[in-house]
Amino acid sequence: MKILVCISHVPDTTSKINFTDNNSRFDPQGVQFIIGPYDDYALARAVELKESSGAAITVLNVGLVDTEPTIRKALAIGADEAVRVNAEPTDSFFVATQIAEYARAKSFDLILMGRESIDYNGGVVHGIVGELLGIPSVSPVMKLDIEGNTAKLAREIEGGKEYLELPLPFVAGCQEPIAEWKIPNMRGIMSARTKPLNVIEPVAVDSGIKPQQFELPPPKGTVKMIAPENVAELVSLLKNEAKVL
Amino acid sequence: MNILVFVESAEGKIKKNSLEAVAYAYAIGGKVTALALGDVGSEELQNLGKYGASSVLHVSDSKFNQGVIQAYATAIAITMQNESADILVISDSSLGTPIAARVAARVGASLATNVVSLPDTSKGFNVKRSIYTGKAFANVELTKTKKVIGIKKNAAEVKEVGSPVSVTPFQVTVPETDFNARITSSEKATGEVLLPEANIVVSGGRGMKGPEHWGMIEDLAKTLGAATGCSKPVSDMGWRPHHEHVGQTGVKVAPQLYIAIGISGAIQHLAGVNSSKCIVVINKDADAPFFKAADYGIVGDAFDVLPKLHEALKAAK
Repeated sequence: MKILVCISHVPDTTSKINFTDNNSRFDPQGVQFIIGPYDDYALARAVELKESSGAAITVLNVGLVDTEPTIRKALAIGADEAVRVNAEPTDSFFVATQIAEYARAKSFDLILMGRESIDYNGGVVHGIVGELLGIPSVSPVMKLDIEGNTAKLAREIEGGKEYLELPLPFVAGCQEPIAEWKIPNMRGIMSARTKPLNVIEPVAVDSGIKPQQFELPPPKGTVKMIAPENVAELVSLLKNEAKVL
Repeated sequence: MNILVFVESAEGKIKKNSLEAVAYAYAIGGKVTALALGDVGSEELQNLGKYGASSVLHVSDSKFNQGVIQAYATAIAITMQNESADILVISDSSLGTPIAARVAARVGASLATNVVSLPDTSKGFNVKRSIYTGKAFANVELTKTKKVIGIKKNAAEVKEVGSPVSVTPFQVTVPETDFNARITSSEKATGEVLLPEANIVVSGGRGMKGPEHWGMIEDLAKTLGAATGCSKPVSDMGWRPHHEHVGQTGVKVAPQLYIAIGISGAIQHLAGVNSSKCIVVINKDADAPFFKAADYGIVGDAFDVLPKLHEALKAAK
């Protein structure tokens, strides 16, 4: 089985977000970058499938050279080879097109990624890739088992889940609890250094999206503390001041 | 300008988020056509006229009773062409967002999901998107003639602006292979207020000490007509189902009121609630970081405060 896992390179979930150059660019200063948490679940599931029934895992990232440590981490976790599409991931359509172009001739059985990246929050790359390749796409997938040429999935829906069956190949946008995140061990880290990481150039795309400007939410006012014996006051504030009851 | 809105339904009823999508389309201005697929009550469909739809198309073919992403996307793309619609508005949801992706790729549209405001058309067509899991916004211009917009909850206010309209039966032919992802069964909480759509959310954390104490949370939620949520540790420990996990890697909520009980407020949890209008935090630890993100706070033991709060809320009703 050939599995493609697409990962994003995103600020750690505890990062403070700031912009520079007149709010036109993300400010990476002091920010730790990680494999997108949802992508990390997808990767972990791919590695589990490899361990249980054998698979070759290619990990793909669309990013500039600074994403390579993140890609190496994915190799350390268990991917066999990596591809970096040498471009800034400006929007979902751009990224999805790069993935589809790479995957088109490679006949992957499974294309896995997170349900969304935690920076752009589009939640659409899996769907666009599926459409461009003419194969099904399912998201958000919280359980994935392969039996021969058929996959059994659970997809989270509002207030519950639904179970699906579909033939390979397809694209899945993953989320917990599809697998436990894997922490690379020393052997993985050592072997990741010598695993192939190929750099390819992007194809030109007209996404139809032009970024204008970023902004931060208005700062939160200070919290109003209420004594525990005064819950009636809280109720009155919620009703008359916040007007949310 | 022709605008198509895909309306989602559950148990024959149009979802509230989809009414927001209709209201959003109406506010853009133009001819708003709503499209419903599968089994939906006819009165529900007619009433879409009240919220701004000038016509309603209904594909009642039972093949569409289940939301298969690829088949729905094809049906919507065909309808977009058929109605010469330039804009498709969809409400972001577990079904809506993946569909928006495929439709946009199919019809060659500019695509923006997680949109939080009406478009600014004073110069081009600009929308504001929520990014970095609610920590920032991006203003983006959609430059193609065709546009697909996925709106986040609360991006538009549902208002009665018209009267019921007649429903036009509609047929689309979708290739059989589009139904390859076959839905075999589903589990769904019924009769409860669904977390992603709730106006009020009551959420519990590790401070609740165990799943056996969740009755208090549920009772309070019932009085308020609220949905129940929980922190990640609580769902990880299996105290509550995963679909109640609020946070960075769980459900992101945007209610009018979020009440957090016994949740310390890790930044990953805050990422799931920072779009809430008003946040109340009840925690016995005065240093809990959640207080910094709260509008109102009570330092106190959940088991002491919660019953009192419940009584006060009942009294105020």
